[in-house]
Amino acid sequence: MKVVLQNLTKIFPSRNKKSSEEVVAVNNFNYEIPDGKLIGLLGPSGCGKSTTLYMISGLQKPSSGKIFFGDDDVTELSTENRGVGLVFQNYALYPHMTVKQNILFPLQNLKKEDRLSKDEMLKRAYNAAKLVQIDNLMDRKPSELSGGQQQRVAIARALVKMPRVLLLDEPLSNLDARLRLQTREEIRRIQRETQITTVFVTHDQEEAMSISDYIVVMKLGVVQQIGEPQEVYDNPCNLFVAKFLGTPPINVFNGSIKGGKLFIGEDAVMDVAGVADQNVIVGIRPEGFILDENGPLHCNLRNLEVMGRDVSIVSDNAASVNPIIRSIINADNKIDPSKKCVRFSIKPHKIFVFNQETEERIQVEVK
Amino acid sequence: MSMTTMHERDMQQLTAKQRVVKFIVKFFVYAFLIITALTVLFPFYWMIISSLKSLEEYRLSVPTFWPHKVLLSNYVEAFTAANLGRLFMNTLYVGVVSTILSLIITVLTAFAFARLEFKGKETLFALLLATMMIPGELFTITNYSTVTQLGWIGSFKVLIIPFLVSVFYIYLLRQNFLQIPNELYLAAKVDGTSDLKYLWKVMVPLSMPTLISITILKMMGSWNSYIWPRLVANDEAHRMITNGLRNAFRDTAGDINYPVQMAAVAIVSAPLFLVFIFLRKYIMSGVSRSGIKG
Amino acid sequence: MVESKHQWKAWIYLAPAIALLLVFTIWPIFNTVRMALLENYSGLKAAGGATFAFGFGNFTKVIHYQKFITCMKNTVLLCIWTVPISTFLALLIAVALNSIKPLQKVLQTIFFLPYVTNSIAIGMVFAAMFNMVGSFYGTENELIVTAGIINNLIELFGGQAVNWINYGSSYMANMTVMIVYIVWNALPFKILILLGGLQSINKQYYDAARVDGTSRRRIFTHITVPLLSPMLAYVIITGFIGGFKEYTSIVGIFGETMGPADDAGRLNTMVGFIYDALSTNSQGRASAAALILFAIILVVTLINLQVSKKRVHY
Repeated sequence: MKVVLQNLTKIFPSRNKKSSEEVVAVNNFNYEIPDGKLIGLLGPSGCGKSTTLYMISGLQKPSSGKIFFGDDDVTELSTENRGVGLVFQNYALYPHMTVKQNILFPLQNLKKEDRLSKDEMLKRAYNAAKLVQIDNLMDRKPSELSGGQQQRVAIARALVKMPRVLLLDEPLSNLDARLRLQTREEIRRIQRETQITTVFVTHDQEEAMSISDYIVVMKLGVVQQIGEPQEVYDNPCNLFVAKFLGTPPINVFNGSIKGGKLFIGEDAVMDVAGVADQNVIVGIRPEGFILDENGPLHCNLRNLEVMGRDVSIVSDNAASVNPIIRSIINADNKIDPSKKCVRFSIKPHKIFVFNQETEERIQVEVK
Repeated sequence: MSMTTMHERDMQQLTAKQRVVKFIVKFFVYAFLIITALTVLFPFYWMIISSLKSLEEYRLSVPTFWPHKVLLSNYVEAFTAANLGRLFMNTLYVGVVSTILSLIITVLTAFAFARLEFKGKETLFALLLATMMIPGELFTITNYSTVTQLGWIGSFKVLIIPFLVSVFYIYLLRQNFLQIPNELYLAAKVDGTSDLKYLWKVMVPLSMPTLISITILKMMGSWNSYIWPRLVANDEAHRMITNGLRNAFRDTAGDINYPVQMAAVAIVSAPLFLVFIFLRKYIMSGVSRSGIKG
Repeated sequence: MVESKHQWKAWIYLAPAIALLLVFTIWPIFNTVRMALLENYSGLKAAGGATFAFGFGNFTKVIHYQKFITCMKNTVLLCIWTVPISTFLALLIAVALNSIKPLQKVLQTIFFLPYVTNSIAIGMVFAAMFNMVGSFYGTENELIVTAGIINNLIELFGGQAVNWINYGSSYMANMTVMIVYIVWNALPFKILILLGGLQSINKQYYDAARVDGTSRRRIFTHITVPLLSPMLAYVIITGFIGGFKEYTSIVGIFGETMGPADDAGRLNTMVGFIYDALSTNSQGRASAAALILFAIILVVTLINLQVSKKRVHY
């Protein structure tokens, strides 16, 4: 089931009666989510990602715009008639019901014509439980389960009615680090197995990148960029997206373009033929540095962090926006930690140039 | 240094004198509590032993603190003299019917205030709370005329309907409903539940302790009601237990057959004590949030 | 959070409560004011077609009425005796209970017991305890059979028997019995609230005070009472409100005569006055008295709140 979002906008009236300021939570969102894909809605808090999710679920009504499931216009359809499954951040399991009762609950709500027999319901519930591997916990109460198990129950409950769309609201944020890695693989597996179009919301870019077919990066209600994770990472459309994706984060410098050369401070790091002279912002991914005794970029070495396979070089430079520059290079490179100065050359596809005012990407030709 | 060793050293450092002072203080605290507790209990004790005495023994100039001969005949006499059986049935009927109806109304109203959106919600709720300040007597005057005009005098209706809505119970339950995470409501919506079904299947089970508290308080209210029934339903067929008790034993001072009277009082008090013994925790939690007797 | 266009749904849920409230709560508020402002309003006469002039006559008549003044005096006296006594006793008991471990639960249960009683029924038990059986019942030469358990106890400790509630008893004696009964009845609620408050005080304050070498007395006056002050304010306010509405406990002990046999109505209260006026179909007078009662309760509550604003710490 593809999901189409058409000019989707959500405006919240201002809380304060005196000021007439409205909050535009989601601004003119257009996207066609392909059938059977896993989509990550990504952005910092307040970017409108959860509002978008809730509008798809029907819990919130858009101020304008339309939502289609397949060819059905569901914009006016209430939540209970949309056939969506939603997994909440805190799982929202009914505390007084057993796991089995929780999973059965959506099936018991089906209207007459869709109503299943008791045996059929149980079979569906057990199938859903098996899918998330909790079929041995069916008679426990939610309070007797670990966080990861509760999460699985919530997913089973969302899947049991075979939803047209599965929605996950920050599904991993209440789990500890190790469980998070495990669970996100699990979500990926379940999504592949069921082939249900899935939208999930997260503020954790690593999480989104690792399992999504496509990611949607949002900021203050406005979609910044949509694409396959690697594509968005390699080709950010603006400074925000470049900064938001990647750990460790991208290194940002104040730079300038003079006579077809890109300067960071005094160092001409790259040829940028055909771009007019101007002050710019330069972003370099940590893995974009090459240790090079004749390299153009001069930095003051602070210290080295050896991480087995890689070495992280911490240095600084007057033109850097952040106090330190972090570059990651292969551990085979030998560096003398007593040296004051390190010199780098830059991998051209790991450096991005942005307009200083608009922070939009300036496309430069990579040679 | 760990906490325990610190405390151990602390204990060792108590001098002998301090230990004596501590012991004396503890002794007086217990003495005070036990004496006051016995004083508080004394009326109950006196009620029970008096109800078991013969009239002659009760009137002895040197009172006995345990009956020479335990007499149960006073209870039989009290039961017939005050027609307690009939009063029991009347009160039970009024109590059960008004509790059930009151619970339904309270649940619906509290749900609307806790979970539904409508214009003027906050204002309306504030208005309801404000009425709690007004003494009930102020309503009674008009309600008496109203039920008279409706022709309800001398019926069970008049004992049930005017008190079905309790703003306090609505408030209590609304607070409880608000503590239930909103996600459960959203989840239920996604699961395709109607408001009514969510209320019945999720909110009500999760608010059981409060609902039990309300049930007990409401039942106790019927059991102890006196003023309103005396005004509007003081006939044989509809009389409530407290009124019946007071009517059957009009005199309180003078030459009275107290053993029988005390037996009647004990019979009337017994259900309250039973409820208290088995459901103490609900009563106490309900009361600690109220300040309203029965 | 869920946005529904169906606001009318909420009103369906509210309908039963609102309908009943309109009839039995909201309308009476307006009607009481109306009746109080119609001179000598009587429901019976109004039904017969009589009309009544507008005016404050009901109020002036009520406050000049000797019976009302008696009722007011009784009510106020009961309040100013029972509220401080019961609050102080409850505080002592709550603090004592809070300081012990063994027996705490048992004693707590015992102290709560008077709450779950029927005030008429237990009033009859108190009457039995204070009654001088077979005496002073109008006839001079009737024999005193027994003095009643309370007098027995007084005599046991070498005191003189007192005629508490019987024919010819004094007002002082009557009031003493009422105060004892009302305090006994008021203790459980106050102990429950205060003990709850004490148990919620963070133990660290006490540890800190102990480390600083604070004496028991100073801990009580400088830590316990201030931290307990919201609860104290609460029990005092509810105590006054309850006190001004005192009625059934007197019926319990003295019966509907509201006084000893030779002086009926001597112990009547404001609520009693309202019901008496109502049962003689003088709704105008009853309404005026009810509004005066409401005003007094309101003023006392406001004063209490004002004082506690200054005194209640945090």
